[in-house]
Amino acid sequence: MSAGIEGASLDVLDSQDRARFEQLVLPHLDAAFNLSRWLLRGRADAEDVAQEAMLRALRFFRGFHGGDARAWLLQIVRNTCYTWLEKNRSVDLTTQFDEELHPQPSVTPEALAIAGDNRERLTHALEELPVRFREVLILRELEGCSYKEIAAITSIPIGTVMSALARARQRLQRVLTQSATARHGAQAGGRP
Amino acid sequence: MNCELTHTVLHGYLDGELDAARAADFERHLISCPECVAALEANENLRSSLQRANLYERAPAALREKVRKQLGASASPSVIPMRNPAPWRWLAIAATFLLAVFLGWRLLPLLRGNQGETALASAIVDAHLRSLQPGHLEDVQSTDQHTVKPWFDGKLDFAPPVHDFVNEGFPLQGGRLDVVHGRTVAVLVYARRKHLINVFVWPTTEPDSDPLSGSQLGYHWIDWRKSGMEMCAVSDVSPDDLAELHHLLMQ
Repeated sequence: MSAGIEGASLDVLDSQDRARFEQLVLPHLDAAFNLSRWLLRGRADAEDVAQEAMLRALRFFRGFHGGDARAWLLQIVRNTCYTWLEKNRSVDLTTQFDEELHPQPSVTPEALAIAGDNRERLTHALEELPVRFREVLILRELEGCSYKEIAAITSIPIGTVMSALARARQRLQRVLTQSATARHGAQAGGRP
Repeated sequence: MNCELTHTVLHGYLDGELDAARAADFERHLISCPECVAALEANENLRSSLQRANLYERAPAALREKVRKQLGASASPSVIPMRNPAPWRWLAIAATFLLAVFLGWRLLPLLRGNQGETALASAIVDAHLRSLQPGHLEDVQSTDQHTVKPWFDGKLDFAPPVHDFVNEGFPLQGGRLDVVHGRTVAVLVYARRKHLINVFVWPTTEPDSDPLSGSQLGYHWIDWRKSGMEMCAVSDVSPDDLAELHHLLMQ
C-alpha cells in the first residue's frame, strides 16, 4: 500500500482503463471485503487488506482481458489475504482436503437446525474452520460462486471443488453440533 | 452405512452443479438411500441457516471512499478526456440495462426457433428435474384452484390460468414460481396416476401456435401459445397423456 505502488498503478493506466476498472471491478468491492473479512476473521484487518487488494487489482488491470471480473478480483483478494496471513499470523494455510472423513451418523437435521439457528454461533463455527475450508464455504454459500469460479479463485482443481465443499460442510456441521452439545451440557449441569 | 455419495455427488446436486443426467441418477439413488436423504436435508438446513444468519459483510463506507480516492485521479473531471464524457457512459449503462430487460422479455419467444427450441426444452427439463427435489415441487400445495390462483397474485406480472382437471384424471397438486432463462414463470403441478406433470406458464406477445413437442433425457414436453400465454408441459408420462392435458388446457 506504499505510495510507490499507487504511483505505479496510476502511471500505467490511462483514464479509459480507469473508467473500465470503475465499471467492471469496483462493483465487486463488497465481495472483496466480505472474502477478506472471513479469511482474516476481522473487519479492521479486512479493510486494510481489501484496500491493498484493490490497489493490486488496479495495477494488474492491464492483464485482465475480460471475462469474470468478480472471480478475477477475488483471486487477487485471496492471494493478498494469504500473504497477509503468512506474515502476520501463524495460520496453517496448508490444510489438505484429503484428511480422513469421519463418519457422523449422529448429526440429525433437527439437531443441526437448532445448532445453526444463531448468527453468533455460526460466525464462531465458521471462524474455527481451517482457512481452506472456510474459503470454499464463503465463496459458495455467501458469494454464490459456481464451482468453476471457486476453482479459479482458490486454485483448487475444478474436479476437487465438490469434495472440498463436502469436507468443509462436514467440518462445519461437526463444529456446530459439538458447540450445541457443549452448551446443552453446560446448561444441564452448571446451574444451581 | 456411510454411503459414499454423501461426501461427493450429493454436494454437486445440492449446489446445482450436476448435469441433468447425473442429477436424475442421484434422484433415483435417493429413493433407496435414507442416509443420503438425511444428509441432503442436513446440508439444506445448514445452507438455509447460513443464509438466514445474514453473514455477508459489505464494504464499509470508509473503505469505499479510500478506494475511490486511490482511483481518484480518474474521477476528477480534468483527467477524463472529452471523447468519453460521463453522460455517455450513463447512457451506455442505461442502454445496456434496457437491452437486458428487453432480451429477458423477448428471449423465450425467440427461443422457439429451431436452435432455441432445444435450449428452451433443456432449460424446462432441468427445471422439471429440479422440482423433483424434496420440498421443491410446490410453493403452494393445494388441489383447489381457488387457492392456487390467488396465491400467484402479486408474485407475477401476469395471471396464469389455473384449472383443476381431477374429473379428467389430471388432479391439480399445487403451484410454484420458477425461473427459466432469467424470467420468472408460473408452474402448475398436475398428477397423472403416479406421475407428476409440471406446466410452465409465461406471457408472450407472439401469435397463437400449434403445439410443438419433443423429448429429452426420457422426459417429454409439449409447448404451445394461446391468447398471449406460452405454456410448456413436461413430464415422464406418455406423450399421449401430455397431449390430453394440452387439450384440456386449451378449452
